[in-house]
Amino acid sequence: MPRTVRDVVFVDGVRTPFGKAGPKGIYHETRADDLVVKAIRELLRRNPGLDPKKIDEVAVAATTQIGDQGLTLGRTAGILAGLPTSVPGYSIDRMCAGALTAVTTTAGSIAFGAYDAVIAGGVEHMGRHPMGEGVDPNPRFVSEKLVDESALFMGMTAENLHDRYPQITKLRADEYAVRSQEKAAKAYADGKIQQDLVPISVRRTNPDAGETGWGLVTADEPMRPGTTLENLAGLKTPFRVHGRVTAGNAAGLNDGATASIIASEDFARENGLPVRMRLVSYAFAGVEPEVMGYGPIPATEKALAKAGLGIGDIGLFEINEAFAVQVLAFLDHYGIADDDERVNQYGGAIAFGHPLASSGVRLMTQLARQFEEQPNVRYGLTTMCVGFGMGATVVWENPHFEGDK
Amino acid sequence: MSTTAELLKGAAELFPDEVVTSAHVRHLDLPSGAGRFALITLDNGLDHTKPTTFGPASLANLNAAIDQVEKEAAAGEIVGVGVTGKPFIFAVGADLKGVELLKKHEHALAIGKGGHEVFKRLAGLAVPTFAYYNGAAMGGGVEVGLHCSYRTVSKAIPAFSLPEVFLGLVPGWGGCTLLPNLIGAEKAVSVIIENSLNQNKQLKGRQVFDLGIADALFEGADFLEQSLIWTANVLKGDIEVERPVIDRGEAWDQAVAKGRFIADGKVHGAAPAAYRALDIIAAAKNGDLQQGYDAEDQALADLIMGGELRAGIYAFNLVQKRGKRPAGAPDKSLARPVTKVGVVGAGLMASQLALLFLRRLEVPVVLTDIDQERVDKGVGYVHSEIDKLLGKGRIGQDKANRLKALVTGVLDKAEGFSDADFVIEAVFEEIGVKQQVFAEVEAVAPAHAILATNTSSLSVTEMASKLKNPERVVGFHFFNPVAILPLLEIVRGEQTDDASLATAFAVAKKLKKTAVLVKDAPAFVVNRILTRFMGEIQNVIDEGTPVEVAEKAVEPLGLPMSPLVLLELVGPAIGLHVSETLNRAFPNRFKVSPNLAAVVKAGKRGFYVYDSGKPELDPEVAALLRQGDVVLTEEQVRARVLDAVAQEIGLMLDEGVVAEAQDIDLCLITGAGWPFHLGGITPYLDREGVSERVNGKRFLAPGVASVPA
Repeated sequence: MPRTVRDVVFVDGVRTPFGKAGPKGIYHETRADDLVVKAIRELLRRNPGLDPKKIDEVAVAATTQIGDQGLTLGRTAGILAGLPTSVPGYSIDRMCAGALTAVTTTAGSIAFGAYDAVIAGGVEHMGRHPMGEGVDPNPRFVSEKLVDESALFMGMTAENLHDRYPQITKLRADEYAVRSQEKAAKAYADGKIQQDLVPISVRRTNPDAGETGWGLVTADEPMRPGTTLENLAGLKTPFRVHGRVTAGNAAGLNDGATASIIASEDFARENGLPVRMRLVSYAFAGVEPEVMGYGPIPATEKALAKAGLGIGDIGLFEINEAFAVQVLAFLDHYGIADDDERVNQYGGAIAFGHPLASSGVRLMTQLARQFEEQPNVRYGLTTMCVGFGMGATVVWENPHFEGDK
Repeated sequence: MSTTAELLKGAAELFPDEVVTSAHVRHLDLPSGAGRFALITLDNGLDHTKPTTFGPASLANLNAAIDQVEKEAAAGEIVGVGVTGKPFIFAVGADLKGVELLKKHEHALAIGKGGHEVFKRLAGLAVPTFAYYNGAAMGGGVEVGLHCSYRTVSKAIPAFSLPEVFLGLVPGWGGCTLLPNLIGAEKAVSVIIENSLNQNKQLKGRQVFDLGIADALFEGADFLEQSLIWTANVLKGDIEVERPVIDRGEAWDQAVAKGRFIADGKVHGAAPAAYRALDIIAAAKNGDLQQGYDAEDQALADLIMGGELRAGIYAFNLVQKRGKRPAGAPDKSLARPVTKVGVVGAGLMASQLALLFLRRLEVPVVLTDIDQERVDKGVGYVHSEIDKLLGKGRIGQDKANRLKALVTGVLDKAEGFSDADFVIEAVFEEIGVKQQVFAEVEAVAPAHAILATNTSSLSVTEMASKLKNPERVVGFHFFNPVAILPLLEIVRGEQTDDASLATAFAVAKKLKKTAVLVKDAPAFVVNRILTRFMGEIQNVIDEGTPVEVAEKAVEPLGLPMSPLVLLELVGPAIGLHVSETLNRAFPNRFKVSPNLAAVVKAGKRGFYVYDSGKPELDPEVAALLRQGDVVLTEEQVRARVLDAVAQEIGLMLDEGVVAEAQDIDLCLITGAGWPFHLGGITPYLDREGVSERVNGKRFLAPGVASVPA
């Protein structure tokens, strides 16, 4: 049977505000599945042109797929969101790149012709499901020295990356973190973030955590606007004595969910859906697990090569800021300045937070907004590092591109 | 301290065991930059199986929360105030346990005033107020929202009502006054009077919106988020809430008149609550809220100090609590599983039982009868009833297929019952016939199978007496219509063992019936009392009192129907049969009326004809009656009838027919539909002094179903 590969587009993306994991966090008494369900419902409200019956798949990522993140979350979230029972769903895991993989995997299926439109997203409630919950690493990893013990602890892999690139100092990392907070605060002040947030009602019964009763979350909880270098200088380095990685130059432990609509371009246009980004290429790559944060570099090399593009063609970057050092390693590799204005214009995970498997779609949602604002940019990319030594990159084209003006 | 706070503090001291509801105040930023908002969450700190209620300390908490937001509103720190509930529950109204404790009119008055004083502050704040009905809302829960400027309701709400009149109260924290002023008198009467008197019918979220009680309706999945977004839009002026203009003319009076007609039809003037509520609704026409609140206070206090409400609460608790944990039932761990049911007989009663067992137990049910035609008819009846359920959308096609496949009919009992765990007979009411049927069943059924009888008047012990295993025989006495009346009298024969009885109770629970344990005594409970009651009416008619006087004599009780209309429903022949049975057992107290016998002999189905649209004595029946010359007044008839009932119940308790008077009342409420305001009957007999007069003592201690001493 003859086939034509179809263009795949990013129609829309939303997310919950991100919260701080832990007993005082805003989502401490909120279920993970409810977070992703509310994100899906908001997407459907914003896109009345999408007949829910026509959704071919609900792909939801979570790293720790147990409890309220288990039970084939894509399927259960679809039912809970009120989608017709005819709409199927499944769960995905590639740790931090879960939602990104939900997008690329369903995008591949759309290109192949198996789907017309899907919901793809992710959730991680790191308060209810701390990193490493229930894991059982094979003892051969250590006994056969397949990986260094530090590979299992993301903060240690970030320290390892500092070792590999001695020019990336703690000061550079802290300066980067301060800029991330500044850019995020400005993006909030300019109303660029709120437009894609889903308000979430949250209950609190523990008076130690603040006012009790029902509240409404409309903004990211982890933000620390006004952070200075001095503030960061004194922070502990929990992963290594006299180390460089601190809570200030890394993303925290967070709760949150994202969701997006991915469709074939024809379907989107026929149904009057917005076309915010056009998928160009994507790639995943593995690296030594001990320097997990190096992952975006080979992944981007692969993705650019598949697209026939060079780094110079990329006008906007959305890089997940798991750790400042990982972003700086990427920038150094490509000879991009630490404060290059094409990179993370709205700030990044150091400010907003990084609820593991949900973050990929946040990067895309923000890149889509930047594409709308900057029709002079033709290509952008979203990239992130992934636990156990991986990187993930998606290259996008701006449908609003009007040529170089 | 404010006077309201003092009032509530005083009331709280009378009710130390209150489950206290907190009123948490939490601040949030509304979406779209609409401003800072204070949201009050009503929460008793327990899960949704223990719904949030209002007692005095709870009201004091809400009052304190309003103190806080009132200051913030006055200072311009907030743009609005919302009220919502814990997950699945908004609030279900006043805590009835506190009401039961009240002994003085002034304390009862304080409850009404306390609620009003707190709730109406919500209407007096400097900023708009919003109620978000997120879950079950009843009574005072609904009313707290009515005091707010705006309301939203969740589509997922399973129960929303003003059930006060059902219990014997009025919606007295603003409901009678505010609801008609919000949605008009006709809809308000429907909610406050009609639904309450229609077995406390509940509204769903969609209906709450359609009635105009709520201004917006949102799905359950993100109800609070959408309500707050809506709130932001209302406050910013992006959404304008429009409500229809209320018709304050003729329509208002007509609605109240209709309400009185409904109340008369249900309680015949015998219970005051509906009428008090209607008086307040009628007066609310002028829109004077404070006048309405004052009237509500008085009505609440009067009703709280009245016997009808106390009987109503008692009755409610019987049905809700005792009905679910039957007194004297053996430990449920003794119950054996029931995986197949046999029904002996395929007549109408047997077919109805087969349908009930099938629907509730969802196990194979096999009918037997003496010829194939009857068997086919019985199975055909069950199939046609399943099709009706399918047609109404009560069950789906898969369930219909499943149920139809489970019901079969055979002629050979050995084939049908060899693997049955429970066999019930519904054959002719004749001890010899029943004994033979059980002997045949015992010969083919497994040794553990329960043999149940639906007899209404025969001795279960005698029925079991000739069996090898009489310990497995149980009386299982249903009430017609089987699908509707909740009562199931479970009769323990002299030899019935605990395991069989436990199995019977387990089956009753699955059948969703209210099971009451009854001793093997003639006609058990309901039929014995009804027969004594009807017998005394018949006696005074036979002695010479005109039929209409005898009938009118018991109208003040507010029974669901008059004695002779009930007789018509039961069937005069069956009534006569039961009276003959009881006459044999207790000839001094139960007579067989020659007039009733004559009516039955003449083949009449009742005493009345309905040619004019209302019951009138059938001239053919009138011609049959042979009456004496003793003509009593209504009062004299009523005294004789009530005395007879009190005497019979006293004797039944002495005989140990049931464990307590409470079981008698539960039987009468769930098996005969006797009303809540009578508490069944013993609270009424105590209240009217009949118990004391006849038996020299009350049935229930003061305070149990009456104002405590």
